[in-house]
Amino acid sequence: MATTTDSATETTVAIAGRSWWIWIGLAGLALLPLVGGKTGLISNFAFLQLSLMIVYAIAVLGLNLLTGFNGQISLGHGAFFAVGAYTAAILIDQADWPFWATLPMAALACFIAGYLFGLPALRLEGHYLALATFALAVAVPQILKYRHLEPFTKGVQGINIFKADPPFGLQLSGDQWMFLVVLAVAILMFWAARNLLDSRIGRALRAIRDQPLAADAMGINSSHYKAVTFGISALFTGVAGALHAIIFEFVSPDSFRFELSIAILVGAVVGGIASLPGAVIGGVFVQAIEKYADALTKKISATVYLPLELQPWTIYGIALIILIYTMPTGIAGGISSLRRRLKRF
Amino acid sequence: MMQTSRRLLLASTIGLALCVASPATAQKTYDEGASDAEIKIGNTNPYSGNASAYGQIGRTIEAYFKMVNDNGGINGRKITFITYDDGYTPPKAVEMVRKLVEDDKVLLVFQTLGTPSNSAIHKYMNQKKVPQLFVATGASKWGNPKEFPWTMGWQPDYATEGGIYAKHILASLPDAKIGVLMQNDDYGKDYFNGFKAGLGKDADKIVQVATYEVADPTVDSQMIQLKNSGANVFFNITTPKFAAQAIKKAAEIGWKPTHYLNNVSISVGSVMKPAGLEASQGVITAQYLKDATDTQWKTSPDMVEWNKFMDKYMPQGDKSSSFHVYGYAAGATMAQVLKQCGDNLTRENIMKQAASLKGFENPMLLPGIKINTSATDFYPIQAVQLSRFEGESWKIFGNVLSNEGASQ
Repeated sequence: MATTTDSATETTVAIAGRSWWIWIGLAGLALLPLVGGKTGLISNFAFLQLSLMIVYAIAVLGLNLLTGFNGQISLGHGAFFAVGAYTAAILIDQADWPFWATLPMAALACFIAGYLFGLPALRLEGHYLALATFALAVAVPQILKYRHLEPFTKGVQGINIFKADPPFGLQLSGDQWMFLVVLAVAILMFWAARNLLDSRIGRALRAIRDQPLAADAMGINSSHYKAVTFGISALFTGVAGALHAIIFEFVSPDSFRFELSIAILVGAVVGGIASLPGAVIGGVFVQAIEKYADALTKKISATVYLPLELQPWTIYGIALIILIYTMPTGIAGGISSLRRRLKRF
Repeated sequence: MMQTSRRLLLASTIGLALCVASPATAQKTYDEGASDAEIKIGNTNPYSGNASAYGQIGRTIEAYFKMVNDNGGINGRKITFITYDDGYTPPKAVEMVRKLVEDDKVLLVFQTLGTPSNSAIHKYMNQKKVPQLFVATGASKWGNPKEFPWTMGWQPDYATEGGIYAKHILASLPDAKIGVLMQNDDYGKDYFNGFKAGLGKDADKIVQVATYEVADPTVDSQMIQLKNSGANVFFNITTPKFAAQAIKKAAEIGWKPTHYLNNVSISVGSVMKPAGLEASQGVITAQYLKDATDTQWKTSPDMVEWNKFMDKYMPQGDKSSSFHVYGYAAGATMAQVLKQCGDNLTRENIMKQAASLKGFENPMLLPGIKINTSATDFYPIQAVQLSRFEGESWKIFGNVLSNEGASQ
């Protein structure tokens, strides 16, 4: 227990020491629509890309809480992402809800879904849990196409929604406004996650991860905590899904194939599995590398005139292997160990 | 917003000044994506994934505009054709089309491919008021100018085509028991509904409907199911990869129904050859384009031109693939619309000209089929001719069956 407390205080101190940097960074981001958007330096499409990075960061954060801090593996977080996205899309499309009101609903729906899934999953450990969650990820797109759900989900065709114009006559485009909304939600979610991890619950989660037997002996109700963590993790990822639906203005079963679950997991591992800044890096990785590895591969093979034909995704695979070998604790872990080494000199 | 209005002000001031200075000069008006030097056209196509055979269409259009540019462009302007991979998935198409409109700032989007992908961007294009022209899908919903004035189809719509097969079955096969294989999406349903409507009160002749998802690896089990239903007529509503699988599987399991294949999968190179020429004999379809494998067109001027184009701009292309003919023909329609626009390259004028094609003799269309559009008729091609696969090519038979003049 003593070691856990130590590491917890360490995290808090580390975050507090860096906090003014974070605030400056966030203020810079918040000013982007005014500076970059007004001058036309940053297009609306670029804002969409930035928003998507933040959205994936929230999704990765959800998985981080579960896998990094509680030690449960999930290969199915794309399913919760889909539930959140469809909750938001259906409420906006069929019940004419304003977009902001759908976020708490998506959060609630995903918490319940995650908690219920977490209960039976308690009996499964390690790779069995991984397989069970993977099955969930494979099943969800098919369930969304199910004939009797079609009045709600619109089947394979998907649902088109439209985002609202910025309120109070703000001189912003829709994408710039949504960028600010997504940023605000992300700050709230990361703040909540940090507080959760620094609390009694957070220490219990880590105790269960590190020493399940000892945690039980200390009187921690580990099955309860594990199910709740599953719920909270799904909640974070579900909110990300809802934001994705709102900014992307479109959901369809094909948006949430099992590749998405893998992408979220890869993002979490690459960023740093038990680290909050790692979630941000993971989000950027999911959107930037994952989406453009294909195009990058083509560009490189076209400019260098390689004798062999590079398959799409080659760059992605190579980058992944190098990263995992050189930074086994993810990019966030790699950076902090690099900094420690530099300090020694 | 402010920037646009300033630009508008500037443009109109210059325009006004020009008018005063030299009334003889024709006024040039442009929307985003057009200028004195170039016209930017955007496109998405499946260059990867299960439907990647269609990617040949995008590549052909790219080559077609290269040829147009080499010949001096259109009214002195070069075409910049930007095409992205959407993998035949709607979310990717949405993202790429937004990139085209907002980042690349194209004047219009042309020949985006696939019913699901076009459905996903349908409302967006109309909200943005950017033309979504001559989409590469035959769903009947693209011809709805009242609600979606910025979207127009090109090929004969699926419902009409399905209806034509139904009529042919009723006329030639009185004791038909029909099995249907269809892709489970809007495209499949459109064909099926048109087919069913064509059968009318004889719709109970359909004894079995099997569906597949575009992500499925094969349609083997569906084919066995259809054979076991005892059907003697087979309506095959599939995209190329699955069409080839279905033809092959039918031969393997010894099922020999009268086989109707939807027009989207009649590429000899991409479907019939992979399926096996032996297995493909006698398959019936409806065509509106000349098939490059059909020797009777060998000397017709448009086919000669097309062969020259293929040799020079797509030397690696498979001439037996109908997608090269399709892309070339669609490119010609687009070029005609831009020609008609003259120096008025606003999005509004482009839609106006697209809806004013009168008896346009598009290269590569079958004799007797012309392109006609009007403010209420957003279906450019509305006639087909039945055709049967014999030897190594399609042989047309019967008369041109037209649905021209119908709007909505």
